[in-house]
Amino acid sequence: MTATDFQVVIFDSVSSALLAEKILKKLDIPFKIIPVPRHISSDCGVCIRFSARERERIEGSLAGRVGIQTILPL
Amino acid sequence: MREIIYFDNAATSWPKPQETLDAMDHFNRHVGANPGRSGHSLSIDAGRVLMDTREALAELFGIDEMLRIIFTKNATEALNIVTLGLLGPGDHVITSGMEHNSVMRPLRSLEDRRLELDVVRCSASGEIDPRDVEQAIKPHTRAIILTHASNVTGTIMPLSTVGAMARERGIVFCVDASQTAGAIPIDVNEMFIDLLVFTGHKSLYGPQGTGGLYMGPGLEKQIKPLIMGGTGSRSEFEHQPEFLPDKFESGTPNAMGIAGLGAGVRFVLDTGVENIHSREMELSARLLGGLLEIPGVTVYGGGDAQRRTPVVSFVVSGMSPSETALLLDEDFGIMSRPGLHCSPSAHHTIGTFPEGTVRFSIGYFTTPWEIDYALNAVEQLASRQEEGALA
Repeated sequence: MTATDFQVVIFDSVSSALLAEKILKKLDIPFKIIPVPRHISSDCGVCIRFSARERERIEGSLAGRVGIQTILPL
Repeated sequence: MREIIYFDNAATSWPKPQETLDAMDHFNRHVGANPGRSGHSLSIDAGRVLMDTREALAELFGIDEMLRIIFTKNATEALNIVTLGLLGPGDHVITSGMEHNSVMRPLRSLEDRRLELDVVRCSASGEIDPRDVEQAIKPHTRAIILTHASNVTGTIMPLSTVGAMARERGIVFCVDASQTAGAIPIDVNEMFIDLLVFTGHKSLYGPQGTGGLYMGPGLEKQIKPLIMGGTGSRSEFEHQPEFLPDKFESGTPNAMGIAGLGAGVRFVLDTGVENIHSREMELSARLLGGLLEIPGVTVYGGGDAQRRTPVVSFVVSGMSPSETALLLDEDFGIMSRPGLHCSPSAHHTIGTFPEGTVRFSIGYFTTPWEIDYALNAVEQLASRQEEGALA
C-alpha cells in the first residue's frame, strides 16, 4: 500500500454521505466527496474518497452512526 | 400606508427574521440545485443545506440521530404520516378534546375503518388530567396523540407525565408541537416523545411549506409512507427504501424553504428558547391582564399567562367573533383570527361551538405598544357595543 492508494465509502443515501461529512470534518480527517464511480455502483449518488491509511479512523468514526453499504479500494 | 398590527402568529409567524429571508435568497441565487439527485457540487451544496437544517433541529429538540428528522410540507402532512401510516383496524388510540383537525380528521376517517378512538375530555379551560389518560389506556392501545399546546386557548399539556405513562406500557407517544416548537423547550428524550410533529413556519421562523417529523428508533419499520417515489438513493431498485429519512422523503423537497427553516431555527438557537419564551410570556401577561379588565369581554382558557402559549381567545359580548375581527381589521389594522381555528373539538370543550372566538396570537416580534393599542381597540369596540345596547 502506498500513500496515494485511495478507497471509497459507499453509503445507503446522499443524506448518510453528508452526515459522514459532518462527522469527519469535526474529527479533522482528510477526505473528499466524489460522485460514486460507475464501475463500483450504478447508483447516482456520492461517496467519500479517502487515503487508504485513514481506513481504520474512518471506519471507527462512522460505524454505527451512518448507514454504510461498503468500503472498497478505488 | 396604514399601521398593521399582526396578531395571527399562531397561524403563521410574521414578520420573519432577516436571516430567514437571506437564506432563501442565497439558496435561489447561489445554490439552486436539486439536493441528493446528482454528484455535482451544487447538488451536494443543496444536500448540505438540508443536512444543516436537520442538525439545527436535532440540537433544538435533543435528538441524537439527525437522520431521524423527516421534512414534510407542513405539520398536517407529518400527522397524516403518523395516523394513516401507523394505525389500522383493531388499534386503540387516545387523544385529547383540544386537538386540531389535522389530528382529528385523519383519526375520524380511520374510525370508519374500525380504529377504536378515545377522546379524553378536558376542562373548560382546556386542561387535561393525566389520570383520565391513564384510565383510557387499554391492552391494545397503540398510540397516544397529544397536542403540546392548544391553538385556541394556548393551554400547555403535561407532556412528560403522559409520555412516561406511554413509555412504561410500550405505547407510541406522538406530540403535535405546531404551537410550541421554538417557543417552549422540547426534549424528545426527557419528555419520552416517540414521534414529534413540528411546523416550520410558526415559532421556528421558517417559511410556509415547511414542517417535519422526528421518528424514534424502530418506528420507521412500523410506519408506512404516504408518498413513494424517487429519493436519489438506491435508484437501481423499484421498491421504496426502508431507511430514514428517504423512506418518507420522496420527490424533490422544498429546498429553498428548508434553507429558510434552517436559518429560522438558528435564529431560535442563537436567541435562546428560554429568552423567547420569557419575552412572549411577558407580552402575553400584558395582553391577557388587559383583556380580563375590559367590561363585556370574556376570555377563554386559564388566566395564568405562565401556563399557556401567547394565544388568547376572547369574545366581545353581543358581537359575533367574525364581526369583531372585521372591525379590528378595518378600523384598527389589527389582524386577528375569528371562528373555530380548525379545532371544533377544542371549541366544544371550552363551550364556544359553533360561534367560536376571536384569537389574538402574538409573537417574539410583537411590541408592548402594539398590545396596548390592541387593548384600546377592543375596549372601544366593547363600549361601542354597550352604548348600542343601551340606545
